[in-house]
Amino acid sequence: MVQPIISCQDVWKVYGGVAKAGDGGACSDVVALREATLDISEGECFVIMGLSGSGKSTLVRCLTRLIDPSRGKIVVDGADITSASERDLTAIRRRTMGMVFQNFALLPHLTVLDNVAFPLGIRGIEKKERQDRARVLLQTVGLSGRENHYPSELSGGQQQRVGIARALSCDPKILFMDEPFSALDPLLRRELQDEFLRLRAKLRKTIVFITHDFDEAIRLADRIAIMKDGGILQIGTPEELIVHSKEPYVREFTRHVDRSRVLTAKTIAQPANGHAPTRYVDGDALLYQFANEVLSSNEPVGVRHQGAVIGVLNKNDVISILTSTDQKAVA
Amino acid sequence: MTEAVATSVSLNTRWRAWAIPAVVVILVCGSTLLPDAMKVYPKAWIVPFIDWFRELMAWLTQDTPQIPGLPPIREFTRAFAGGLNYLLDFFKSLFATGFHFRPGDGPADLPPLPWYLVIGLAALSGWRLGGRKLAIITFVGLLFIAFTGNWTSAMLTLASVIVAAAVSAIAGVAIGALAYRSKTFDRLLSPFLDLMQTVPVFAYLVPALMLLGFGPAAASAATIIYALPPMIRSTVLGLRRVPSETSEFGRIAGCTPFQMMIKVLLPSALPSIMLGINQMTMMTLNMVIIASMIGAGGLGYDVLTALRRLDIGSGLEAGLAIVALAVILDRQSQAAAQRSGDHKHDEQASFFMRHRVTLALIAITAVTYAIGLFEPATAYFPHDFVFSARASLNEFARWIAVNLSGPLNYIKTAFLWTVMIPTRNFIGGLPWFVPPLLVGIIGYAFSGFALALLSSVLVLSIFAAGLQEPALNTIYLCGLGTILSLLFGIPLGIWGAKSERAHAVLGAICDTLQTLPSFVYLIPVVMLFRVGDYSALIAIVAFAIVPAIRYTDFGIRRVPKHYIEASLMSGGTREQVLREVELPLAVPEILLGVSQTIMMALSMLVITALVGTRDLGQETYIALAKADAGRGIVAGLAIAFLAIVADRLVSAWSHYRFRQLHLT
Repeated sequence: MVQPIISCQDVWKVYGGVAKAGDGGACSDVVALREATLDISEGECFVIMGLSGSGKSTLVRCLTRLIDPSRGKIVVDGADITSASERDLTAIRRRTMGMVFQNFALLPHLTVLDNVAFPLGIRGIEKKERQDRARVLLQTVGLSGRENHYPSELSGGQQQRVGIARALSCDPKILFMDEPFSALDPLLRRELQDEFLRLRAKLRKTIVFITHDFDEAIRLADRIAIMKDGGILQIGTPEELIVHSKEPYVREFTRHVDRSRVLTAKTIAQPANGHAPTRYVDGDALLYQFANEVLSSNEPVGVRHQGAVIGVLNKNDVISILTSTDQKAVA
Repeated sequence: MTEAVATSVSLNTRWRAWAIPAVVVILVCGSTLLPDAMKVYPKAWIVPFIDWFRELMAWLTQDTPQIPGLPPIREFTRAFAGGLNYLLDFFKSLFATGFHFRPGDGPADLPPLPWYLVIGLAALSGWRLGGRKLAIITFVGLLFIAFTGNWTSAMLTLASVIVAAAVSAIAGVAIGALAYRSKTFDRLLSPFLDLMQTVPVFAYLVPALMLLGFGPAAASAATIIYALPPMIRSTVLGLRRVPSETSEFGRIAGCTPFQMMIKVLLPSALPSIMLGINQMTMMTLNMVIIASMIGAGGLGYDVLTALRRLDIGSGLEAGLAIVALAVILDRQSQAAAQRSGDHKHDEQASFFMRHRVTLALIAITAVTYAIGLFEPATAYFPHDFVFSARASLNEFARWIAVNLSGPLNYIKTAFLWTVMIPTRNFIGGLPWFVPPLLVGIIGYAFSGFALALLSSVLVLSIFAAGLQEPALNTIYLCGLGTILSLLFGIPLGIWGAKSERAHAVLGAICDTLQTLPSFVYLIPVVMLFRVGDYSALIAIVAFAIVPAIRYTDFGIRRVPKHYIEASLMSGGTREQVLREVELPLAVPEILLGVSQTIMMALSMLVITALVGTRDLGQETYIALAKADAGRGIVAGLAIAFLAIVADRLVSAWSHYRFRQLHLT
């Protein structure tokens, strides 16, 4: 297997002696992150999903060491960032990291162009060159012509495009996205997700994406980590999570997902049992793409994956998957 | 836990409802039975604080090194004074007097900036910052100053304000940035800032004079120190309010700590810093006016000399010039603060187009200055243009003195004999241990043992410094001033809360009253009532009434609408709702207003020393006249201590009410 670009071993974050409101003023330790272990490989889009207070923000801030983990080891691009000095950390961040924030975090006193060029300026790149590069990036995110506007003159969606362009300006190996679309209204969110998928296909960067929206996670992720109460419950591809939910909590999310857009033919194929189908679908095809074909056929349809026939699909199986919200129908 | 609080509050309430008035009555009644000898703090117990501070100042200003191997502190302070004097000279020459390179009183070798240029630039800046209205205010205000013959004095004052404000702004932002970065430094700084904001302005002047030598630099340094706390506070506050995401972005982008501060944090905190600059500028003006009385020259000096000559007309005109300057400075710096938050793009791309206004201004400045070089007379406001109304104003003042002195004097005498003198005699007649004991009891009742101890010790230490009489006079004047302010201010505040029109009018009046340097209040008062405690009291009330109005208005407006609706639907009349619901719920805010009122009354005290009161303000004023640093510092600290005690007691009361109402 390829060396992971982010490797996180048994990482904890405990806020000690923090008085919690409402518990009589007593002091108690708050475990914000427990036993987080995960590997993220290069080029992967890794989504960390959890509701508020689940520790997803803490986890991503430990991965970037915006906060210091209490325990554990994190290696990013070959460098142990848990033990790095402040100076080394700055160097590592300049080399490998870009980040997009929920509330954009654009600098109000700089124009759009200067905001995008800001990380380049920090690295000492001269004005002409950094503005040229920023102009290209603004074109990439579809904001040409707004270079001289100030952030307050842009809509939320436009501001976040600037945020993305800025995070990409230094061509970082890893892009951290902290609920980048949560502050936007649903239509705009959808539009930016599409934009994100398009950019991703073009740039092939490693992306660590935080969200509280399971549908968003399913749409964008190669793999998803689901978090609750500071712990990681399960890590897997969207399909794995739906088919093999390990915890009732995970099932709560997967229950309402539109399965037809997640499940592939190879996953739901049944043993052929001697059937010799006349029609075939591809193993990587999504259920919604072939459902009509199976339902309109009077005999089982075969599933072909990487040249081999791996099973068949019955009309009844497809119907029960499409209509049920229960796990067992899938398995 | 909430239940526990509720029980303890209700128990304490019962306890307080009976115990405090009982103890107070027993103390006060009992004390009248005690012999007169117990009224005065025993001489033998006086602690020589004043001598200690004299020795400290002597040590600080000695010519031999304080720490072996280092040059004496005096050399640093002298160097600092030199730099400050240089700056002051430059700006005063630039704005007011012109540059003199040769010794002697001859005509200036280089003229100052032409007066019409200054007016034009200021009006233009007003137009850029706040539109046509601000441009007109600026233009008319400055023309008024010029035509009444106050131009040179006003420019001297302005030059002092510019220098002190610039140094304060830079130092304040730097110190604020340090305090933001270092928790330890912040914790060390905080009590100093608290103290600095309560020490009266005069108290800074004496040590500044001793350290920096007599001259404008000392006044300027005192001004800078006086104006620093709000600058530091607003910088720290602004930095703390920068969204965490913004600083996280800076770190991810790989900023060094220095880049982070300069490029990310400070620009993001700019709106709050600009508000601090507005506040700081107004404090600077206030202090510059006061400081100019010790000979620095400027509008304050003009007012004072006019008042001493009883030339009410000139005094009034110079006073109005101060008002004009204050309003212009306040509105312009406020407009700048508001603009600092919103950025608008400019489509013009080329360098000359983007900077066309700046370039044009530089050209105009150069041309007009050149004209002034060849024709120096054009740089100064022509004497023939001065159109002073002082003669008719003096006539008016005389008319008032002749026609109104009867009724005015009648009111004055009646008030003096029925209210002021009895109050003073009563407070002065209490045995010396009663005031410290009393504040202790109140502190204990509202907060606890710590506050009780603090209050008693602070008051006791004032007495121990030998300042019992001036301190009691202070309490009497400020107490009466506060009560009168509340008596007038709270009803006005209620009126403002109930009527939109009253709210707008009162708001405008309060805004103006708040921008006026405290010194200005004395002019009409002295004009009408001459000097004395009664004049001082009126000046105090006029100055301190603003927070009483403001906080009452704010507090009542803040009462949630559903309470009022519920009360009206329960059948309450408007009066009942006001009395039973709105006022009780607004009490915490009103108490904050009370605390502010007391602070302002105390700060006015030092100014009223000029009309001959016999309180702690007079002590600092005398110390200033005698250049007695020990006496000045102790009297200044005494006022600060009184302010701290009053502030802590009233805010303890306010917190207590908050808890009772479960509003925490």
